[in-house]
Amino acid sequence: MNGSAIAASGLRKAYKDKVVLDGVDLHVRTGTIFALLGPNGAGKTTTVNVLTTLLTPDAGKAVVAGHDVATQTKAVRAAIGVTGQFASVDDLLTGEENLLMMADLLHLPKKEGKRITDRLLDRFDLAEAASKLAASYSGGMRRKLDLAMTLVGQPQLIFLDEPTTGLDPRSRRTMWEIIRELVADGTTIFLTTQYLEEADQLADRIAVLDQGRLVAEGTADELKRRVPGSHVRLRFTNRHELDVAARVLHGSTKDDEELTLRVPGDGGVRSLRALLDRLDEHSLEVEELSVHTPDLDDVFLALTGHESKEISAR
Amino acid sequence: MNVISASLADSATMVRRNFRHTMRNPLTLFNSIVVPIFVMFLMVYVLGGAFDVGTDYVDYATPGLIILTIGYGIGPTATAVNSDMTTGFINRLRVMDVSRAAVLNAHVFAIILRTLVAIAIIIGVALLMGFRPSASFPEWLGAIGIIVLTVLAIGWLTVASGLAAKTPENAGLAGVPLMLLPFLSSAFVPADTMGPGARQFAEYQPFTSIIETLRGLLTGTPSAGSAITAIAWCVGLSLAGYLWARATFTKRA
Repeated sequence: MNGSAIAASGLRKAYKDKVVLDGVDLHVRTGTIFALLGPNGAGKTTTVNVLTTLLTPDAGKAVVAGHDVATQTKAVRAAIGVTGQFASVDDLLTGEENLLMMADLLHLPKKEGKRITDRLLDRFDLAEAASKLAASYSGGMRRKLDLAMTLVGQPQLIFLDEPTTGLDPRSRRTMWEIIRELVADGTTIFLTTQYLEEADQLADRIAVLDQGRLVAEGTADELKRRVPGSHVRLRFTNRHELDVAARVLHGSTKDDEELTLRVPGDGGVRSLRALLDRLDEHSLEVEELSVHTPDLDDVFLALTGHESKEISAR
Repeated sequence: MNVISASLADSATMVRRNFRHTMRNPLTLFNSIVVPIFVMFLMVYVLGGAFDVGTDYVDYATPGLIILTIGYGIGPTATAVNSDMTTGFINRLRVMDVSRAAVLNAHVFAIILRTLVAIAIIIGVALLMGFRPSASFPEWLGAIGIIVLTVLAIGWLTVASGLAAKTPENAGLAGVPLMLLPFLSSAFVPADTMGPGARQFAEYQPFTSIIETLRGLLTGTPSAGSAITAIAWCVGLSLAGYLWARATFTKRA
């Protein structure tokens, strides 16, 4: 093992004349979390489908878990687990039955299947709901069950396609915790997301996908450095104070109508303190202060020159 | 574990799943018998008295009702197959290297079992209403054979259309023609009493030969001619449905 979980180059896929993947190169190191960040329609799910052997690319080569997806499909499938964009649990089976069904399909001995099922139910706090039909589960529970089903096979590489889309903030945090634990156990995670915050929280490396092309790749910090969106917004009570502030704070831009001033900065405590000191020095009264960190839209704007507008049809 | 035993084990797992679905959703079975039973009452007690078919009307109509029951039982399968496809369940199985045969066979197997139960209930009701089949034991076997073949054909077509449909709602609609076609066959009145156009349609559509074969077997007067046509239809439609399902399964990721 050379430490590479995924190595893909020049992946291309088009449906009729609509290009979905336009030469994507990916490299994911074993034991890390890699996030593919992009808006709907960027080609995230198509990328996952190609890497998980569900879809044959028109061109390009992908080696996943040391095996070629085109020629060693079986070996790839044995090494990976996939949790799709929609929780694909069986609603008319209980949580426990869903997991046992996975164990049966993996041809695990009955006892082993039962043991793994019990352990996963415990681990994901689903033991109490184990004998209830999955149809009665909340969105967060369904996602957890979905992921648990993927884990029955103890894959070394897991693909998570938008694992937290549509979840409430609490369930999202629980899911993040679970993902972190998986990596701590040595699993490699390839996740797709629309949320910069999610990629920021979880990923060792992030690749930004836009209209089938990678427009940037790096750590969260590297990406954010390329984004000028981080700033502090100050609101004043009158025009005079605004004008004075605009003069003393270099690089700021003012909005006369809103009586606001936009001051570039990283939003860190140190620069914030310096900013406040400076305002005090000139006895400026600030009515409201807010710190803005870049979101996906800022990243997109900076990297592609256009908004992360949703593109119809996946 | 070799390929064949793995595929058999997977099929068993999937059949168990589909069986649980039916047990947990008994309405699907109820729905598939309620309309045929209503039609049976309507035909035998309300309208049938006015039809002259040469025999007891309930004896004439029961084979048609048996076939009608098949059409009413397939809706849930089309919807189930479609939601397996659209929720990503089938993709999950594909990544797990579960054989495609296992997933699809299990649906067809489930539809056959469910339909046979529904048909057994329909035959029970018919017997209560005075249905007196005069089939010998081999003829009963033949009748069961033609019923299973018909369900097989319709089952594969249903699975294929379920896979091909864009939404579960559309998939549910796929069964409508199969519910209506028996009415335009010799199920309730002989084809030669129908008006022009309808008669030709009835004579050449698959359900007529299937129903005639079944009727012949149940009344102890089997006819080889319609049996061959019926078997040919069933085998042809099964094969078409199977190939369509297989192609769609591979294509839709």
